[in-house]
Amino acid sequence: MSRRFWWRSFAERADDPDYLAAIAHEFPEPHGEGGVDRRRFLQLVAASAALAGLDGCSSLPPEHIVPRVEPLAGEEAGVPRYVATALVQEGYATGAILQHRMGRPVKLEGNPDHPASLGAADATLQAAILDLYDPERSAAVLNSGRVVDWNKLTLLLAGKRTDWAKTGGAGLRILTGRMTSPTLAAQLAALLKQYPGAAWHQWEPMSRDAVAGGANLAFGKPVEALPQFDKADIVLAIESDAISSAPGHLAYARAFAERRRAAETGQGKMSRVYAIEATPTLIGASADHRFALKPAEIETTLRAIAAAVGAGPNEWQDGDRPHWVDAVVADLSTHKGVALVHAGAEQSSTIHSLAHAINAALSAPVRYIEPVAVGAADIKSLAAEMHAGKVDTLLILGGNPAYDAPADLGFVEALKRVKLSIQLATHADETAAVAAYHVPALHPFEDWGDGRAFDGTAAIVQPQIRPLVPGHSAAEMIALLAGAQTLDPRKQVIDHWRQTTPGDFDTVWAGWLRRGVIPNTAAGAASVSLRGDFAASLPKPAAAPGLTVLIRPDPFLRDGAQANNGWLQELPRPLTRLVWDNAALIAPATAKRLELGPEDVVEIASAGGAKVRVPALVAPGQAEDCVTLSLGFGRTAIGAVGRDVGVDVGRLRRAGALWQTGATLHPTGEHATLATTQHQQNMAGRDMVRTRPLTAAEDKHETVEASLYPRHPYDGNAWGMTISLSSCIGCGACTAACQAENNIPVVGREEVMRERAMHWIRVDRYWGGTPDAPEIAFQPVPCMHCEDAPCEVVCPVGATTHDSDGLNVMVYNRCVGTRFCSNNCPYKVRRFNFYGYSGNDPRPAMSWNPDVTVRGRGVMEKCTYCIQRIREAKIAADRDDRPIRDGEIVTACQQACPTQAIVFGDINDPKSAVSTRKATPLDYALLEELNTRPRTTYAARVTNRNPAIAEG
Amino acid sequence: MTPIFGPAANLVSKLVLLALGGSLVVLLLVGWIGPSTEWASRVGYPVEQPVPFSHKHHVGGLGLDCRFCHTTVETSATAGMPPTHTCMTCHSQLWTNAQMLAPVRQSLADDKPIQWTRVNRLPDYVYFNHSIHVAKGIGCETCHGNVAQMPLMEKAHTLRMGWCVDCHRDPRPNLRPKSAEFAMGWHPTAETPSGDELFKQEHIHTAQELTDCSVCHR
Repeated sequence: MSRRFWWRSFAERADDPDYLAAIAHEFPEPHGEGGVDRRRFLQLVAASAALAGLDGCSSLPPEHIVPRVEPLAGEEAGVPRYVATALVQEGYATGAILQHRMGRPVKLEGNPDHPASLGAADATLQAAILDLYDPERSAAVLNSGRVVDWNKLTLLLAGKRTDWAKTGGAGLRILTGRMTSPTLAAQLAALLKQYPGAAWHQWEPMSRDAVAGGANLAFGKPVEALPQFDKADIVLAIESDAISSAPGHLAYARAFAERRRAAETGQGKMSRVYAIEATPTLIGASADHRFALKPAEIETTLRAIAAAVGAGPNEWQDGDRPHWVDAVVADLSTHKGVALVHAGAEQSSTIHSLAHAINAALSAPVRYIEPVAVGAADIKSLAAEMHAGKVDTLLILGGNPAYDAPADLGFVEALKRVKLSIQLATHADETAAVAAYHVPALHPFEDWGDGRAFDGTAAIVQPQIRPLVPGHSAAEMIALLAGAQTLDPRKQVIDHWRQTTPGDFDTVWAGWLRRGVIPNTAAGAASVSLRGDFAASLPKPAAAPGLTVLIRPDPFLRDGAQANNGWLQELPRPLTRLVWDNAALIAPATAKRLELGPEDVVEIASAGGAKVRVPALVAPGQAEDCVTLSLGFGRTAIGAVGRDVGVDVGRLRRAGALWQTGATLHPTGEHATLATTQHQQNMAGRDMVRTRPLTAAEDKHETVEASLYPRHPYDGNAWGMTISLSSCIGCGACTAACQAENNIPVVGREEVMRERAMHWIRVDRYWGGTPDAPEIAFQPVPCMHCEDAPCEVVCPVGATTHDSDGLNVMVYNRCVGTRFCSNNCPYKVRRFNFYGYSGNDPRPAMSWNPDVTVRGRGVMEKCTYCIQRIREAKIAADRDDRPIRDGEIVTACQQACPTQAIVFGDINDPKSAVSTRKATPLDYALLEELNTRPRTTYAARVTNRNPAIAEG
Repeated sequence: MTPIFGPAANLVSKLVLLALGGSLVVLLLVGWIGPSTEWASRVGYPVEQPVPFSHKHHVGGLGLDCRFCHTTVETSATAGMPPTHTCMTCHSQLWTNAQMLAPVRQSLADDKPIQWTRVNRLPDYVYFNHSIHVAKGIGCETCHGNVAQMPLMEKAHTLRMGWCVDCHRDPRPNLRPKSAEFAMGWHPTAETPSGDELFKQEHIHTAQELTDCSVCHR
């Protein structure tokens, strides 16, 4: 097996002496070592011993047991219940199942029956549960910042309704985000019929206008194209968001990964993936060939490819083009019917139309469907009307346009000219500060509603808990404008579906709620044919600006609506490992040319005249002369978690240029420190990530196992895990799932910089090769559960020991916090509570998982393989006097993983899924030379490179 | 010049040293034994409740089964406490005006639950599961004592880790046939299967498995 030099930071790559010295310290800056002399140390020891002794004298306060007054049907105390719902994000619904403990939802899991989830859940979806319990949610109706009674607003609107009845609703405008909810769309349609003078506008910061525009250019209608990765032997990804954030990305990632690990499972043929992109994406990291090109070059290259496969005029092939294009074209044209192109939502309409044209020429495995979202007028026309003073009443249903509307619309100024503006939102945010009225919104887990998935499948959103704050729902607000007899959102949803459903509605309704999906509601297939004048109708390529700024959604915060969510803020971004910050990603060569040092603050001035000051981060794999900035940061009006975190780069966006703009960049001479988790540990050249070419996937792998001691027998169950590096796309869903399941605290920016992030499963990101065209690999690292665990032998109090199933267990109540175990752990997977992080967390006690101890200060913790789930399954099996079935225990990370990269089970059972995966010759243990015999092993990453393209 | 310390000082200093040493021993003994005393672990001290519910009357006198109120003891980690509704199944007919039951009626009228004070309490880091103990032949009485003799509920055992582990090392002496699990004041008879037989019959895990830390601590 050939060894590749993998590195995680520039300093590590260069063996920078300062860096080596810095990481050699036990306590890295800014904490520092020393600072306390011997005398002071003894004083503190004496004082803490005395205080600890006093503490032991107090008796525990009495504890109460509070049963219900009336029993709740189907509830058993202490037994979790699971309730289906759907979460609508950026307009599209994803099915979810919430785990309830004694009536309170504590964990979100994917709904296996829902086409957009298939049982998986991404980080943003899982973090929604923390939003529900956010103590800083808005809880009162505000009128110019002052708390007023809800009835004041209803009375005001009753008066307005009388006016609208006369004027036909002139001056009434409604602004929503992307809309797939059949109920709300029907309600709005009825409202517009009732008030013909009113109008409905939409503003979705995560715009997919270019996607629709591309379909319009290619086919003359805005159909949606669903790539079928399960049928694709060759994939060409143009800065594709298919497996990271596009609607349906969890389903795409599942199908994508199944083809990527074909060598491991022996099922099907491994796909070959090419990625062309200006800034690295998750699919680019998984690709066999990744080419970093500037946006203008991407278009010309795609034109050349289109022409070569017969989807465009020959003159598109004129001019210089990269050496690899011919090889890619050859691969595509010899795989007609099984090759597809997918472009990300941030790409231009032209690029999307070119992708459609190539797909048409290749008869690509793409399903075309009628658009799922219901369209309306745009925000530009609304802003113009508002500026002109033509808008009398504006209802903003969700969304935060004062923060995220394109800067050139002057939305804040426009909003001030509206006589009565009402905003419905979960937080008193930037828009609430300008709007006349702010109405607290119900969280989707407290509300009724519905929504469609990426393929059109509808699902009902049902409340999981009684509202924690006195909020209101979107359906209620529209009903209020219409003067409906009832404002009850449940009634609105039921009434809508009752009208459109034949047969016994009450029975089918109960089935929909139980399953979380409305069957047979997927959108119909659309017939498409490429427009004859397609090639001629394409706009001429624009001249490339000197420096291009790419404005991209943050992988987790997206448009910033979830900025007050500590889990998302602290989840390391897949490629940059940044937390609690955004940065300007700059290619190494460009940084060198501009003489930028790491984390130098730069000022970026867009062609539109807007300026932002952002710390620079040199990002391998970034195209030259391209700066990537991420949205979702710099919130000024939200809770304490998200306020003033990072820089708001949304002000560079203009209505016609949401995703990229020409710009100039100047170093300011200032310096900032970014919080990242990437360079906190040194690999010292060890062989962590292993890759193999597909041609060598079957080669046997030599393992040396030498010990003077006989192996300890494990006769019962022997739990083990395997992680497929070919499948892992680095999305971070596992880390988020672990955080939710195992009560892992959020530590904050400062503490992350002191290397005290608490995540039990980290996803290491490696660069391979040169900084300009690196290979990218991800490796999730949980506790390895070594059979010969180095941590155990050094614990002076036996707080970490083995159990009979071979698990390395951690006994929090025994731990005295020496941290010897962490120091002796070769994998660095142990986490120490330097402070009482959980105790200081303002989230309500009811939101923690009651099955897992909430750890206090001074206690070591680490991945337990979800021991609570193992024990629960074991007890259930013992109760019925049967063995535990394979697949009965699913760890939280395994459950959330969209690509099924993680498999857990009994390695004593040769037929179990985990044993089968471990039997592949790709299986290897991390640092196996240490003889720790880890229970967690990895399947080496297989690459399927095109032999016609030389290694770059 | 008179000496600072007279001859008596010898005795005083010895006594002081002795007292210091003695008090250290006493302190260690108190620290060692104190927590295990019944006083410290509150064994045998009845706990005051909002309603003076008598197990002696309901279990000993009327012969109610434990599971009539503690419904989830066979399926869940917690045995379950009865909702007010359960009390009122009988007390809407019996003792409808009893002063003692006023809080129960009030709870139903106000839709406010009764707040019982916990008697058998484990630390937060201990995860005890009732269902598996019941499934494997540990009777209620083994841990909770003969509640049929308790007018007010009281702790029957210390519930300290040593007490738990004693049984986990060898559960045989405490195993009962399924028919006797919910009985109070039960004693094995000549026909009762032996602990060894029950141990095999129920497929109970070995002492090593039962004393794994992860059995109770997560």
